[in-house]
Amino acid sequence: MAQFFQNTLAKIGQWFKSLGLGIVSFFKNLPRNIAKLFIKLGLAIKDGFLNYIRMFREGDLGVKLSYIVMGAGAFARKQIAKGITYLVIELLFIFYMAFNGIGAIGGFFTLGTEFSYDIHYIADGKTMAVAGDNSMQCLLFGVVAIIVIFAFFMMYMMNVKSAFESYENSVIGKRLPTFKDDIRNLLDKKFYVVLLVIALIGVIVFTILPLIFMILIAFTNWDQNHPAESGFSWVGLENFLALFGSTGLSKTFFPVLLWTLIWALAATFLNYFLGVALALLINKKDLKGKKIWRTFFVLTIAIPQFVSLLLMRQLLGEFGPIMEIVRSMGGQGRNLFEDTTTARIIVIAINLWVGIPYSMLITSGILMNIPQDLYESARIDGASKLTMFRKITLPYILFVTGPYLITQFIGNINNFNVIYLLTGGGPFGVSGLSDGAGGTSLLVTWLYTMTGASNYKLASTLGILTFLVCSIVSLITYRHSSATKNEEDFQ
Amino acid sequence: MNKILTAKKTSSLKRKKQISRTSAYIIVVILSIIWITPLIWMIVQSFAGPEGSYQTGSLFPSSFSFHWYAKLFTDSTYPYWRWFLNTLLISLVCLVLSTFFTISMAYVMSRFRFKSRKLLQSIGLILGMFPGFMSMAAIYYIFKSVGMVGDVAFIKKLIALILVYSGGAGLNYYVSKGFFDTVSKSLDEAARIDGASNSTIFLRIILPLSKPIIVYTALMSFLGPWGDFIFASYLLGTQTDSWTVAVGLYEMITKDPVNYYNMFMAGAVFVAVPITGLFLFLQKYFVEGITGGAVKG
Repeated sequence: MAQFFQNTLAKIGQWFKSLGLGIVSFFKNLPRNIAKLFIKLGLAIKDGFLNYIRMFREGDLGVKLSYIVMGAGAFARKQIAKGITYLVIELLFIFYMAFNGIGAIGGFFTLGTEFSYDIHYIADGKTMAVAGDNSMQCLLFGVVAIIVIFAFFMMYMMNVKSAFESYENSVIGKRLPTFKDDIRNLLDKKFYVVLLVIALIGVIVFTILPLIFMILIAFTNWDQNHPAESGFSWVGLENFLALFGSTGLSKTFFPVLLWTLIWALAATFLNYFLGVALALLINKKDLKGKKIWRTFFVLTIAIPQFVSLLLMRQLLGEFGPIMEIVRSMGGQGRNLFEDTTTARIIVIAINLWVGIPYSMLITSGILMNIPQDLYESARIDGASKLTMFRKITLPYILFVTGPYLITQFIGNINNFNVIYLLTGGGPFGVSGLSDGAGGTSLLVTWLYTMTGASNYKLASTLGILTFLVCSIVSLITYRHSSATKNEEDFQ
Repeated sequence: MNKILTAKKTSSLKRKKQISRTSAYIIVVILSIIWITPLIWMIVQSFAGPEGSYQTGSLFPSSFSFHWYAKLFTDSTYPYWRWFLNTLLISLVCLVLSTFFTISMAYVMSRFRFKSRKLLQSIGLILGMFPGFMSMAAIYYIFKSVGMVGDVAFIKKLIALILVYSGGAGLNYYVSKGFFDTVSKSLDEAARIDGASNSTIFLRIILPLSKPIIVYTALMSFLGPWGDFIFASYLLGTQTDSWTVAVGLYEMITKDPVNYYNMFMAGAVFVAVPITGLFLFLQKYFVEGITGGAVKG
């Protein structure tokens, strides 16, 4: 037994060591990798540019014209419907740019020049508002304009390319696809384009556009003192410097970051190992009523999480039944969420209550799938139960749930519900923490509180930093796991 | 002598086994009590008499009634039945839209190889690592600029919420892609020889074979809106008619626990029962969904 623990400890130590090495090598290689990326990008742009010059030189009049009038190449090949589609796109784009786009791009850089103000008429005491710019709208429409320009540019390149391809085909005498062929192609070879466009429109409008907007906010001073109506402006890296500097905000930021990481580690690994233990316990051969026991625990998964969390908050609250029992036994009832350390222990404990059934459910599914003949042959070889557990059960579970652990870790860094619904991020007013962060605040709950307080610049800076933490963690761990590498092997 | 020793050994082994079994039972029973008690407490409190039991703080109420369940349908400050209908409407529409987006994306990523595929996958990974609600302020202002949040008809806000929930669904394609990867490609090839186009293969062959993953995706898309607190509380504002169950119950128990303590319990039971039933009924698909992609590796 002692041997087993020693081995396990050594293994865990090894794991942390390799994680540490991974982190070091990640940061060591970071500049080189970024440089590589830019070089690759530069080469791709250069190649593309040269290619378009070549096509202009080699193409006939139709191809050359299509560099200025979209669809010209298609008209030259008598593909009328295609030509009209391209032409309409170009006209719409010119129309948009003339009436809206150019102004929006300008607004993107200035973030508004003349803001609304009130005129007070002394004669009758009335006030009249004069409409003006709104920095938020300037930025938003600017981002929209950039996306539109980008999309148009893609269309434009597609137009040139297809004009050149048709030209080449007509030279060698190949039959050109009619409009009908194109439609049929969309349902067959290019069916993915149809499905992708449908699925991606929502992603672009409701994920990418807002995200770009919010990332840009981190480089402005939009907060309660600089509302959009009276204008905010670009400030560069000021917000990040404030978080990492030696004064003010950094004194709140680093403790919150540290607690976020401790929380994510504790929540992930405690839940996982205790869940595995519970699954093993329930799967014990001589334990009867497996299904009933399992259902007891699964019930807490099935109940919506916000219900069980709010329930636990009441149960442990200052006037809840637990405190009442403590009082009736002569103890002193108090608010457990008042003290930072107690509150932290409680949120981790409640998270165990919420999370253990999940890992139990998943691992017991896996336990049942372990090929029984593995155990049979081990038994014939005279292996003890402990050895079988160590050599068969544990590696098998770890292998299958490895990716699950990574996603759980990321999920816990972003675990808003548990913290916010239990403590709201409190206790507040703890020494050292300022700007709306409390003793159990994670980066994301702090982000939420700051959004509610209209401190958008801080909220989006925190969002970017959370992203950096998550991406570094997963980049390092993905490199360790093999599951992502051999995508094609399983097909 | 030897025989006696062996007999002793087996009896001690037996005893050891018995002890281990008894302790296993004891541990499982204690754990079950820890897990079940809060739920029983919630159910018992929801049947409390009209006097309510916040002040007493006792584990069990002194009298029982259906008062608080009736109040779910009659209370004017906190119109619970409106929240329930709102949430049901949102989650049903999301079930259709999100499932469609997710399954389409997963199928494309599993079956097609095209130039920007890797790029799209990386972009999806990167997007997934930003906190989901980081951009909620931006989303709020986008909807505000088209007049869908703020002081407007509540149905507009519900539509906004539906768009937010289902809009990004295309990005959650990993689990379903894992499933499609396991569906043999020889089926596609056989159909293609018979002259079927890709759209026909998708609609007529792959989809009918993919019931487990469609049920899983639909279940997740349906449950999402029931559990979401963040976007709903931020977009819906203070108009109680437009709230969802999560927002309403949270407001109820944090703003006025003295008067709505037991109604909160009743409301929690009322929403938990159908969801729990649905979940237990479809549990198989849930476990398959989570482990399916991994087990094949």
